[in-house]
Amino acid sequence: MLKNCIYLDNNATTKVDPQVIEAMLPYLSDYYANPSSMHTFGGQLAKDVKKARENVAALLGAEESEIIFTSCGTEGDNAAIKAALLAQPEKRHIITSQVEHPAVLNVCKLLETQGYQVTYLSVNSKGQIDLNELEAALTGNTALVTVMYANNETGTIFPIEEIGARVKEYGAIFHVDAVQAVGKVPLNMKTSTIDMLTISGHKIHAPKGIGALYVRRGVRFRPFLIGGHQERGRRGGTENVPGIIALGKAAELELLNLQEATKREIKLRDRLEKALLEKIPDCEVNGDVKNRLPNTSNIGFKYIEGEAILLLLNKHGICASSGSACTSGSLEPSHVLRAMGLPYTTLHGSIRFSLCRYTTEEEVDQVIAVMPEIVEKLRALSPFKNDDAGWLKQQEQTLVNR
Amino acid sequence: MWDYTDKVLELFYDPKNQGTIEDNHEPGVKVSVGDVGSISCGDALRLHLKVEEATDKILDARFQTFGCTSAIASSSALTEMVKGLTLDEALKVTNKEIADYLGGLPEAKMHCSVMGQEALEAAIYNYRGIPLEAHDDDDEGVLICSCFGITDAKIKKAVRHNNLFSAEQVTNYVKAGGGCGSCLAKIDDIIKEVKQEYEKEIASTNSVPANTKDSTLGQQKPLTNVQRIALIQKVLDEEVRPVLIADGGDVELYDIEGDKIKVILKGACGSCSSSTATLKVAIESRLRDRISKDIIVEAV
Repeated sequence: MLKNCIYLDNNATTKVDPQVIEAMLPYLSDYYANPSSMHTFGGQLAKDVKKARENVAALLGAEESEIIFTSCGTEGDNAAIKAALLAQPEKRHIITSQVEHPAVLNVCKLLETQGYQVTYLSVNSKGQIDLNELEAALTGNTALVTVMYANNETGTIFPIEEIGARVKEYGAIFHVDAVQAVGKVPLNMKTSTIDMLTISGHKIHAPKGIGALYVRRGVRFRPFLIGGHQERGRRGGTENVPGIIALGKAAELELLNLQEATKREIKLRDRLEKALLEKIPDCEVNGDVKNRLPNTSNIGFKYIEGEAILLLLNKHGICASSGSACTSGSLEPSHVLRAMGLPYTTLHGSIRFSLCRYTTEEEVDQVIAVMPEIVEKLRALSPFKNDDAGWLKQQEQTLVNR
Repeated sequence: MWDYTDKVLELFYDPKNQGTIEDNHEPGVKVSVGDVGSISCGDALRLHLKVEEATDKILDARFQTFGCTSAIASSSALTEMVKGLTLDEALKVTNKEIADYLGGLPEAKMHCSVMGQEALEAAIYNYRGIPLEAHDDDDEGVLICSCFGITDAKIKKAVRHNNLFSAEQVTNYVKAGGGCGSCLAKIDDIIKEVKQEYEKEIASTNSVPANTKDSTLGQQKPLTNVQRIALIQKVLDEEVRPVLIADGGDVELYDIEGDKIKVILKGACGSCSSSTATLKVAIESRLRDRISKDIIVEAV
């Protein structure tokens, strides 16, 4: 098992903070009672869960009663979408974007088979939506607008409050998948137009298997998991107390570190990006570089393929991610990069470096040291060397004609 | 992460025979190139062969690959496998043999080995001056997978050659169905159709099972020599000769030595400048499809 790697895949998941582990451990051993129980042992745990809920609420600028603990981001997204539709059964229209996480996209596709009409907003080459397109799509029949705060692949941040303002004009519910944004950008639900917001623990240095859904007070909510009275009847199932304690601690640490970590990550990310663009010809940054998460850099290395890059990085103990087809388990490259209309020469060779507060300057420098050699090696193997190459031109023409 | 064998990783980290072969117009030597795949699909291979004209022997083979770990390793393996073979011998290399050389590939990556086999075929046909459209099944078939531009002909070929039985396997081997997935039901139908065709073939040869070691859709006993000769004659008489006769030519079975089938081209075929194409496209590929992919047809 690789432990001492250079981990630049933090948008996939994060290392659990040692303080988080320390906080949750007693709840895996000594503090095992059920927080819903009527004895003192259980009652004490209920208080600890409440404290964790307050921490999560504080990170979001929300109230404790507006937080529902879930098992993951996917559950949060599913629950929010279902709740919004059940609350307005007369409305049959949903708006989302083409670049959402599968936890939203695939739910929308399923809903289409159940008679809902779904508008998938397009994005431009930077991964940004067009507010006019949103405005044109909104109608009185729109039940829900569900979009992500920031894209997991490119880091592109949507203009959430501008979207929300338009959504409110039409009386629709506004759900935001903030799994990538939370802990990386300041959030304040008190002044926001957002009705529901999803977060996931393992993206903010808590363990996997815990998440939360913010539901604005007054928004009607029908439970996704139907069972007992837990979470004030809004999510059945005995609470994952160690996970909740961990998420509470992680939220506390994120709030504490947010400003400093953001500055640090931007500095390191820009250092990495600048050096790679200088040292390696024919590569470009994907996404909206002005409105982007501080920790994310997605770079397209032309004429080579992402999985091959990842494997060579892996040989150097560097973990990153790619939007190439070969890493996705399907045969199609990233739906996000395709929706942005990236040329195929760039699309398949796009690599995402995602940093965190533990990333060091030395680690970034190590990536800068090895990447030029990796790209050169793979380009030496590639039949595509430049955009004017005969075969490549021929291929592009075939695509146009198809 | 994909579970790659040590051999795949070895040839990926340290690929053999990468690069191009320049045509220096050496007397008696010809350089040929075969291109397959596309940048839109994320896999492309350009295979370069240096061939001794007098013997048809492959003196050198090199590759340029745009693709993932297994595409690069498959390309490198292919070049190692074909060096020193004659073109006819090389044409017998299957995608399965490429995968076997690598100690196996994850099934989802089998299309990389198929790409290698196709590039080899393309380079050899190119060397022989047989135009792409004459041997490229894709141009003849109906488009099934519009995401990857795959026809029913290519799917049928993959199903037959690799004994595939599910749409998922077809996706792994030729990518069809790996995009939007809307053609998966059609792929299921094609698999069914191929199996029915195969059963019909068996029935039409008087219950004599059509091969053998590589006609893989089924577990029949190998043909006896007599059955094999009868089957070859039957395919020639019923499927090949009518086409040739229509064009003023004809063919006669002369001799059979193992997988080598010698024929006499007659009429217009005997004097035609495209007789190599006739041999390979009209006769050899038909006999390969019907009887054994190891068959080599030569004119005497």
